[in-house]
Amino acid sequence: MVYQPVRSCVLSDSIPEDDDLPEVEVLTLPLDAWHRARGGRMVEFAGYWMPVQYEGIIAEHLWTRSHAGLFDVSHMGQLLVSGENLDAAVEAVLPIDLSTLKLGQVRYSLLLDENGGILDDLMVSRWPDQLYVVVNGATKWDDLAHLRMELPDDITLNHLEDRALLALQGPEAFAALEPLVSGEYPLSALTFMRFGKFTLAGAEVTISRSGYTGEDGFEISIPAENAEAVADLLCAQPQVKPIALGARDSLRLEAGLPLYGHDLSPETDPVSADLTFGINKRRRTEGGFPGATRIQGLLANGTPTRRVGLTLEGRMAAREGALVFSGDREVGRVCSGGFSPSLEHPIAMAYVDSALTAPGTVLEIDMRGKRLPAHVVPMPFVPHRYHR
Amino acid sequence: MPRYFTEEHEWIDVDGDTGTVGISDYAQGQLGDITYVDLPAEGAKFAKGDSACVVDSVKAASDVYAPVSGAITEVNSALADAPELVNTDAEEAGWLFRVTLADASELDDLMDEAAYAEFVKGL
Repeated sequence: MVYQPVRSCVLSDSIPEDDDLPEVEVLTLPLDAWHRARGGRMVEFAGYWMPVQYEGIIAEHLWTRSHAGLFDVSHMGQLLVSGENLDAAVEAVLPIDLSTLKLGQVRYSLLLDENGGILDDLMVSRWPDQLYVVVNGATKWDDLAHLRMELPDDITLNHLEDRALLALQGPEAFAALEPLVSGEYPLSALTFMRFGKFTLAGAEVTISRSGYTGEDGFEISIPAENAEAVADLLCAQPQVKPIALGARDSLRLEAGLPLYGHDLSPETDPVSADLTFGINKRRRTEGGFPGATRIQGLLANGTPTRRVGLTLEGRMAAREGALVFSGDREVGRVCSGGFSPSLEHPIAMAYVDSALTAPGTVLEIDMRGKRLPAHVVPMPFVPHRYHR
Repeated sequence: MPRYFTEEHEWIDVDGDTGTVGISDYAQGQLGDITYVDLPAEGAKFAKGDSACVVDSVKAASDVYAPVSGAITEVNSALADAPELVNTDAEEAGWLFRVTLADASELDDLMDEAAYAEFVKGL
């Protein structure tokens, strides 16, 4: 038997080292020892040792959907951007409308190349006199280099390497967190995609009501030295268990949320990826962001393919890279796929010929020479339960 | 009944010219929750090292290789409704298929239980 992980790195600890490859040191995150002490199985992910599972992906997944899961996402890049004419400078590199991003608001945006290809997806929050940006772990060094090159010299880019990031997700996340925090206003004042400053386990933290599971929940930025105390306190709540990367992936797939490097890449654009909400309305008309001309064309004329959700019959899952067929004609390619623990059948996301994206459209996915029957369904696969 | 293991984490119990094949408890632990087993057809013939079967877990699809050459005589039909048997009882009730041995000398390359335990310790 040979492991063929969906993420090339998920089981990399079982792949023998190749002596010809230069050794790249795998880095540790502030909660490394904490994960190991709790039985997390550690794998290399985005250049760091991270837990892929504790008790098991399905159990962790279902716990998060019914209670609350604590995810360590400290591999992600946390940046503070500040300086003269900040909004204009950032609008030149992101398709975001900062005139409508008020203090305390969080918004999803996209880092695009000159051709409108996706370099990363990210979250932007308005802090007093600063923008706080969270980017993907695997892309953060490239993002920093890109932003440093594209932003004017008088814009300061501060990489918050001394902070950890935790996500508390699930229908009981609020009940677990609320008694533990104090701040200028109660936690209940935070609705979806808003953030505030709070005190938690003696640490000054920022909390946003956001996440990557489709559930209500919070993302908590904390000084690295407080990470263990905060994680311990949260996991001491009866509603909370630590949840690892494996379940994070199955949860986000059910929520229809794309994963950079799999569903999004420089070869995909926001229109094909069905992320036009990440191009704010004023910017669609006015342009002035990287790739604007091409993206305005795609918005007007449509794209050859589009990212859609597929639900499969049977139990065999379709995996990234599998080709999608309509009869004998190849019409697309799976970008993410797996078994849905909540729905108990396989689901997938695929880029498919735009003419075949209506819900109900019957397609087939080729997996190892077998044709798996599938049909297009609206996403999310599992309804979002954000607290708006 | 002697049991042998491969470096790819299959086990085979040999009884006369019939072998019963599964994946090791170590392997099921590495794979995590198993959601589907794509079993071979009865009568299908495999050479040693061919992919005979695919085990789907939440995160990956993994090949199971034939530890010996031969023809499939029986598959574990219980796995159709209960693929999790491979997690809960990988080395007994979670067996995958039975095969007639084409060449018993192929077993010579495999590890016994103690050698496999040492092999896993070194991973």
